[in-house]
Amino acid sequence: MFAKILIANRGEIAVRVIRTCKKLGIQTVAIYSEADADSLHVKLADEAHLIGKPRVSESYLNIEKIIEVAKATKAEAIHPGYGLLSENPQFARRCEEEGIVFIGPKADVIAKMGSKIEARKTMETAGVPIVPGIAFPLQDVEEAVKTAEAIGYPIMLKASAGGGGIGMQIVRDEDELRKAFAGNQKRAASFFGDGAMYLEKYIANPRHIEIQLLADKHGNCIYLWERECSIQRRHQKVVEEAPSPFLDEKTRRKMGEAAVKAAKHIGYTNAGTIEFLVDEQKNFYFLEMNTRLQVEHPVTEEITGLDLVEEQLRVAAGEPLRYRQEHIRRDGHAIEVRIYAEDPKTFLPSPGKITVFGLPQGEYVRNETAVQSGMTVTPFYDPMIAKLITKGNDRQEAIKRMLAALENYQIEGIKTNIPMLKEVLSHPAFQAGDTTTNFVEKHLQTTTTK
Amino acid sequence: MSQVVASMAGSVWKIVVAVGDQVEEGQDVIILESMKMEIPIAAESSGVVKQINVQEGDFVNEGDVLLELE
Repeated sequence: MFAKILIANRGEIAVRVIRTCKKLGIQTVAIYSEADADSLHVKLADEAHLIGKPRVSESYLNIEKIIEVAKATKAEAIHPGYGLLSENPQFARRCEEEGIVFIGPKADVIAKMGSKIEARKTMETAGVPIVPGIAFPLQDVEEAVKTAEAIGYPIMLKASAGGGGIGMQIVRDEDELRKAFAGNQKRAASFFGDGAMYLEKYIANPRHIEIQLLADKHGNCIYLWERECSIQRRHQKVVEEAPSPFLDEKTRRKMGEAAVKAAKHIGYTNAGTIEFLVDEQKNFYFLEMNTRLQVEHPVTEEITGLDLVEEQLRVAAGEPLRYRQEHIRRDGHAIEVRIYAEDPKTFLPSPGKITVFGLPQGEYVRNETAVQSGMTVTPFYDPMIAKLITKGNDRQEAIKRMLAALENYQIEGIKTNIPMLKEVLSHPAFQAGDTTTNFVEKHLQTTTTK
Repeated sequence: MSQVVASMAGSVWKIVVAVGDQVEEGQDVIILESMKMEIPIAAESSGVVKQINVQEGDFVNEGDVLLELE
């Protein structure tokens, strides 16, 4: 195991990684920008180094500066957290070149999964279901009809150069397709100067369900069940839970096995997540792979009893996995909410000074945050300031505990999305497990700007 | 004469008008970036841009005067 690692991140995730390092007796090196001098991760790490100005491009994304600090402090490995440089193949490669262990997969694996087209092709080769469609422009309406027949209706007709919904239309049968094709082709040609059309299977009311993977450097790979993250705003997750209220055992196993197969196919190592879209008939389709620890990893930890950061460190140090698939337990139900510094109705950011901050406590409540009373939330970084996780014997109990915890969450001085989270958790549709990616638009009164 | 002020702290991402431009009430004149999000700032009244007090890349605080109209 490592004696010392550098954490190339900030906020709650840096604090989270430091906690596991302390447990394992690993020394930690924090890095920080001028805006984060008073941050909790700076105080909690064994040593902390200023690396630049507030803007991420001048601090947390400065690869050479971070490598320099790692070498100067003799850190053996770097934990990238999530966001920032965590999925930057160049950063992983620079670590490899300098003999510093990057706590994540190899640089070429990150690069492969970072490209949408490449990832789709790779998954198709690995036998993982992808949204059925074609990756080449249609010749004419007859070819469109033939292709649609093969994929099955409903179909999403798309202009290759499209954007903002222009040239895009749902068609439910051949008649509609024939009518829609010429019109959309013409519209796309006049709007974008390119009338090339594609087809993709239309997935109605999809859910976002992802599989957590853990793979070592010895060819072993297991899955730690799923997380459902369908509740989103501005295409960002807001509420996550495990297990999914929608999956049955058979689908769960099929998704887990598909994810493991994909990970083995690409030579994946460390913790990773494969995101799927799941339709109403429980068909699942590859969306993307996140080659890092996820924000919502705590819900998996709560139901499995594992410490994912510890497993990441062990695997990165070359240890074989300590568990086989049949050892992974699934106990109770866990929910996580992301607390954002933002207006609960417009979702516009709300930076500023936090005057009062008090966390809900309890046996079934877990808090992840780097925020304290009197601290200023600056406009330089992501608006997520904390995560709140509750656990119950079943989903209903986890929801009840979450609502109670949100009620006791004290934060003043800035606006947060807590009122919106309460609305989601207490909504009959959420409580019934009717969680699809359009939940917020469908059920909540909001004034989304874009 | 009226002023366009920053509705929140952030950095000036784009200035979409120039001195001398006629702008209408509700038209976006400056786009701020705050917490990884683009925040359009609109003119509260119509007028001609008399002076722009910031440059792209500048950091501004809530309430700072970004530009003046007349």
